[in-house]
Amino acid sequence: MFKILKYSFYDLIRSRWSFVYLLFYLMLGSVLLFLNNDLSKAVITLMNVIIILVPLIGTIFGVMYYYNSKEFTELLLAQPIKRSTIFIGQYLGVALSLSLSLIIGLGIPFVLYGLFQSNEIWDFVLLLITGLFLTLIFTALAFNIALYNENRIKGFSYAILAWLFMAVIYDGLFLMSLIAFQSYPLDSFSITATMFNPIDLSRILILLKLDISALLGYTGAVFQKFFGTGFGLLLSTSALSVWVLLPVFNMYRKCRKKDF
Amino acid sequence: MIKIEQLHKKFGKNQVLKGIDLDISQQGVFAVLGPNGSGKTTLIKTLLGMVIPDRGNLSVDGKSIKNNWKYRNQIDYLPQIANFPENLTVQELIAMIKDLRNRPVEDERLITLFKLEPFLNKKLSNLSGGTKQKVNLVLTLMFDSPIIILDEPTTGLDPIALLHLKAIIKAEKDKGKIILITSHIMSFVEEMADEIVFLLEGKIYFKGHIEALKLQTKASNFEQAIANLLTQDHV
Repeated sequence: MFKILKYSFYDLIRSRWSFVYLLFYLMLGSVLLFLNNDLSKAVITLMNVIIILVPLIGTIFGVMYYYNSKEFTELLLAQPIKRSTIFIGQYLGVALSLSLSLIIGLGIPFVLYGLFQSNEIWDFVLLLITGLFLTLIFTALAFNIALYNENRIKGFSYAILAWLFMAVIYDGLFLMSLIAFQSYPLDSFSITATMFNPIDLSRILILLKLDISALLGYTGAVFQKFFGTGFGLLLSTSALSVWVLLPVFNMYRKCRKKDF
Repeated sequence: MIKIEQLHKKFGKNQVLKGIDLDISQQGVFAVLGPNGSGKTTLIKTLLGMVIPDRGNLSVDGKSIKNNWKYRNQIDYLPQIANFPENLTVQELIAMIKDLRNRPVEDERLITLFKLEPFLNKKLSNLSGGTKQKVNLVLTLMFDSPIIILDEPTTGLDPIALLHLKAIIKAEKDKGKIILITSHIMSFVEEMADEIVFLLEGKIYFKGHIEALKLQTKASNFEQAIANLLTQDHV
């Protein structure tokens, strides 16, 4: 598996798009720090960008890589390699190269600004961890969608729809249901509903750590009230891990049955 | 070496293979022929484990290939469309496949033979179709495995490369290997193949020597024999 991972990774970090992605984060990080002159404000702004953008990029890159390397995957399938090794290796290659762009791109400006001397270092690390989780989750979802759809136009549309649903539509539905059922106790409903959306989970995870009650929102407040900051962090992290494991497991299952 | 029993495969509503029985035990060049959509590629892909059959048994060297991937160590496969990762150079790709299979290779002889030296440091996305096919051939033939499967090996090759390819196939056959070829170039098949496996509508319609085929179809040449085979009433 590590060989496949290594080659997918090298293939990707040399592609133009990885550089564009890296440069984008470099610029975003530098500009935010330059304008805000405040680490913790920059972290909050970055959070808002990351929880929307990282899933989008993960989804698009995942689907694109799968379809683009289809013929090559067929070449690999004819080699004496286990099927699951090929797909998990490719998936990790994509996810890791994207994560690397994120970490380096944001890391450099923050380190130059003096991250290591500040108290916000853990907030920043948590931000990166969330970014990592989101990359792993959405690349895995993208690979799943691509595995189920031979037609790449369909695959692309479903992937974009999945992202749109999680990033935008889900929140709308969630809010609407909160309004519609406001006369009922909604605590456990809202906690459950949050668990089903990795983007919401990440937002809560970061805000719990930053401890900004004004930004927590209803679910975040419920989270904090019910579980406290420490346990809330733990719970949302484990929920995110489940979000990584389930699609990866399904990928493993599906790729063993699929015809190429 | 290769034993196929009652192989069935359906893609959606389309029943592609309808009970294929094939037993290849002796060495030689076997041409898998048939009209478009007769199931040639599906048959080859099931043999490679890329397509999973609905019913039937496949075994290579006496071992069932179900949930088994190690048997592919004995097979060299040339896919029909040569498409590789764009950001790699030819040399890196060859090194990578070598690394993945981890076996002794003779890539240098083949690189010289197909005159690929000037392209070694070029990216694969910049190569012409014929050059890609040559790289494809090097990747397939550099290993020394007892079974070789070539899916349309002649696509895009210039006459000199074609001559080299024919010589290689003959040499490999003399080493005692089993070589499966699909091709639509009848002259190539006639020159290379010892036996024909003719697929029609998911079944093996004819298996045997070219001479036997000519005799059965009462045709004077091979191309005519194949045409006769297709126009005969096959009830």
